[in-house]
Amino acid sequence: MKPGLFDYFRCDTTEDVVGVLTQYGEDARVLAGGQSLMAALNMRLAQPKVLVDISKTATLDYVKVAGEMLIIGAAATQGSVEWRATLGDEVPLLKLAFPHISHFQIRNRGTVCGSVAHADPSAELPLVLLALGGKVVLRSKRGKRQLAAEDFFQGMLMTARRPDEFIEEVCYPLRKPGTRYAFAEMAQRHGDFALAACAASVDAASIRLAVGGVADRPRLLQLPRLAGSALDDALNDFAWSLEAQDDQHASARYRRHLVRRLGRRVIDEASI
Amino acid sequence: MKKLESRAKTSLAITLNGRARTGDCDNRTLLVDFLRHELGATGTHVGCEHGVCGACTIRTEGSAVRSCMMLAVQAEGCRVDTVEGLAGEGRSGMNDLQQAFKKHHALQCGFCTAGILMSCSDFLMRVPLPTEVEVREMLSGHLCRCTGYTNIVSAVLEVAAQRSASAPSTLMTESDHA
Repeated sequence: MKPGLFDYFRCDTTEDVVGVLTQYGEDARVLAGGQSLMAALNMRLAQPKVLVDISKTATLDYVKVAGEMLIIGAAATQGSVEWRATLGDEVPLLKLAFPHISHFQIRNRGTVCGSVAHADPSAELPLVLLALGGKVVLRSKRGKRQLAAEDFFQGMLMTARRPDEFIEEVCYPLRKPGTRYAFAEMAQRHGDFALAACAASVDAASIRLAVGGVADRPRLLQLPRLAGSALDDALNDFAWSLEAQDDQHASARYRRHLVRRLGRRVIDEASI
Repeated sequence: MKKLESRAKTSLAITLNGRARTGDCDNRTLLVDFLRHELGATGTHVGCEHGVCGACTIRTEGSAVRSCMMLAVQAEGCRVDTVEGLAGEGRSGMNDLQQAFKKHHALQCGFCTAGILMSCSDFLMRVPLPTEVEVREMLSGHLCRCTGYTNIVSAVLEVAAQRSASAPSTLMTESDHA
């Protein structure tokens, strides 16, 4: 199928984007890499009146390190982060997650901020953002505001973004000394949507485990350094708390099983 | 900033396989449809139209991407390379990748092949000597229902080995490579 009719704005500057969103609000959708939105347009699941193209907005195309964060602008592709030579030193969890994100050809064009804005519950980039305690910077005519990942993701494809706002950048915390990271995912085929995905960060005193693909949004479990059956019990409680649903790909029971097993695997891997 | 009204026809200029080309498109024209219908470049195939099958993969500014997941108007001024450009002018016949596909019987019906060739041509520039696992990860972005992929993997690995065995001066350059 082909997209419906829409007016198209090609924005040259951040101010252009702000201006169009101020004028059109809910009628407008931001088009960056389009690797989720174009599919939705082609299938007419989305039929916005206005498309705001930021894929060539140079002022939004950057990846930089500042203030203990890897900061990724709205127009920066996943590929531009993935192929960054220093990524493994900067944000090792991102490097571990990238091969699971769809396919090479999609990452070449898809953006990091676009994946965060889309907020698919099984998506890896929102999951890693939550696991690391990252931030989302929203921009509108009223100014900038910064939200923690936990506050930004609100449900299935639902976020705290207001209609006149767009994600200007996302901030992934840099690797911390003494902290180890691990990532694991189960999907029907490599690159498919995750049935369950787990990202762990473990330091001397605490465990952070984020799980995607199970609840309506990525969810975070914070624990002291439990081990053995105490850890298994905590994972079991967490698995049940996610209110997994049956769907055509996997049962809720299987998803809880994956949370317990993959969760344990990534925590053990990050605890060595 | 440029605004295009929903029913407007836009004249679009791209560089297709090294040549300046222009054509008309609507806002909602997909890049793959612009290439096929407007420019007559039918080597690129349309499959699923939602980014899953990989048949429409082309290269924009060198990067392998889905041309069904891009609007034509987003390609304004871009360098676009398609399968037609692999066996470029001034060279006789197919390039080394295409020859290896033929030799290894890495295609049968050929519907997926144009997209796979464009992915491989980008990938081998980035990862000149990939492992089999890396090749298979790259190919996971393409659906091929004829070959079972084994022969495609063999072809890609052979080309990688041949290219890296050649003297650097004979290695293909980015522009050469389409």
